[in-house]
Amino acid sequence: MAEHGVAKVWRKQQEIYRIQGNHCKTCDRHFFPPRPVCPECRRKGDLETYKFKGLGKIHTFSVVRQAPEDFKRQVPYIVAQVELDEGPRLTAQIVNCDIESVYVGMRVRACFRKITEYGPGGIIVYGYKFEPTMRVTGHE
Amino acid sequence: MSKKVAIAGVGMSKFGELWNKNLRDITLEAGMAAIIDAGVAGADIEAVTIGNMSAGRFTGQEHLGALAVDMGGLGDIPAYSVEAACASGGAAIRHAYMAIKSGEHDVILVLGCEKMSDVNQTEAMKTISVASDWEWEGMLGATFPALYAFMARKHMLDYGTTDEQLSLVAVKNHKNAVDNPYAQFRRELPLEVVMNSGYLADPIRLLHSSPITDGAAGVIMCTEEKAKEFTDTPIYVESSAQASDTLALHEREDITTMGAVVESTGTALDRAKCSIEDIDVFELHDSFTISEIMLTEDVGIVEKGKGGEAVEKGLTQIDGEYPVNPSGGLKARGHPVGATGVAQLVELYHQVKGDAGKRQVPDTERGLAVNIGGTGATSIVHIVGR
Ligand SMILES: [Zn+2]
Repeated sequence: MAEHGVAKVWRKQQEIYRIQGNHCKTCDRHFFPPRPVCPECRRKGDLETYKFKGLGKIHTFSVVRQAPEDFKRQVPYIVAQVELDEGPRLTAQIVNCDIESVYVGMRVRACFRKITEYGPGGIIVYGYKFEPTMRVTGHE
Repeated sequence: MSKKVAIAGVGMSKFGELWNKNLRDITLEAGMAAIIDAGVAGADIEAVTIGNMSAGRFTGQEHLGALAVDMGGLGDIPAYSVEAACASGGAAIRHAYMAIKSGEHDVILVLGCEKMSDVNQTEAMKTISVASDWEWEGMLGATFPALYAFMARKHMLDYGTTDEQLSLVAVKNHKNAVDNPYAQFRRELPLEVVMNSGYLADPIRLLHSSPITDGAAGVIMCTEEKAKEFTDTPIYVESSAQASDTLALHEREDITTMGAVVESTGTALDRAKCSIEDIDVFELHDSFTISEIMLTEDVGIVEKGKGGEAVEKGLTQIDGEYPVNPSGGLKARGHPVGATGVAQLVELYHQVKGDAGKRQVPDTERGLAVNIGGTGATSIVHIVGR
């Protein structure tokens, strides 16, 4: 058996490191995480790999104050549904942002961060989180 | 093929943190109570279906079907374990319903069980999280309360639902549970206490959430013909329906509606040839108070966005126009995840039979239960009537 969690994270590095999903050429919909079948077109769908730009806005959010072991050290932290500019939504933490200043509709962009670590001897998981665009570029 | 599927008897263990009992004790307790209530002999039972979400993680034991038959001394009859996250109990009822409807079995013991207090709070939280899309939600930091918080925040923004309305659901359900001898919390909860409880995941407060619970429930289901042998007053499952939605909440166009609930309720009402006005009592899955509010909308008690107002106006109280969760619901009766769906039918059975005691909704002929799994990826609806 693979070292705890290694294969599990390794096999989805393209998705979780680069925000890579797919796009259906038939119906022009984007999917993240990538789907094996277009739910709209099914067998008529024509899926190609697509790397998302990593820009979007907050659709809804919460501040987690009670978390399981893997996330305990980060509490309280912001977690949100981010709506990417290409259409799909994903779930991610929001960083570089005060709890008081986060709001629905806030523009955010993806950043590469440590997600969690699987205890002593376990691997460290990296992947996407999001941060306010204002913080970095000074404009929307 | 049996035309009608009946419930001949029901039983429950006490719900709560039952530290001196293990999973088999409480499951046996509920099963025996149902068998005695129905007046069936062990030899009459042809099969067992058992709903459970995660005994493997909560207690280290799987293969519960065989365990139940063995502990119950039921011989060599088949047993089916059914898993659909928090809708596992409803799924076990539905499997029995389908087996009887098809003619495969005539008398089935349906069980639902969960023993959650053998692990600590954070481990329990992690185990419940796997009912959502673990790889794309839980693993990235979204706890189960956080996912319901996503819905609650959006519902508040879109429809003006308030913290007070979310809290009033807990107040109502605790009030109802006072008269339910099997409930985990048989005490009233003042509004101020709910509204001053801390946040699990804003805007979800601790007292907006169902607790960690141990418990089991059992139901004897059978053909109409058999039911008449056992009892003079059988209760019937008038319809059963199920639907699915995306596993991940972020995949849904509108997260303030549970599409699978709308779909399965519509189907269940059609099949029972009745409308929502014909339903006298409801057991709706209130794992978080926001889900009761959303479900009152999704089953059609009130229009979209009016769920908060419904509880505020008393519409969903026992003496209201549409009584919801007279048992105390998941919030106060307790929510042993795999047992909940069966416990909902136990309550409807008592309500329709008219022996629910002080929490009885007057003149009840028909009740509807909604049992959901995860954040609504599974919805199972049953209509029970005389
Ligand atoms: Zn397509």
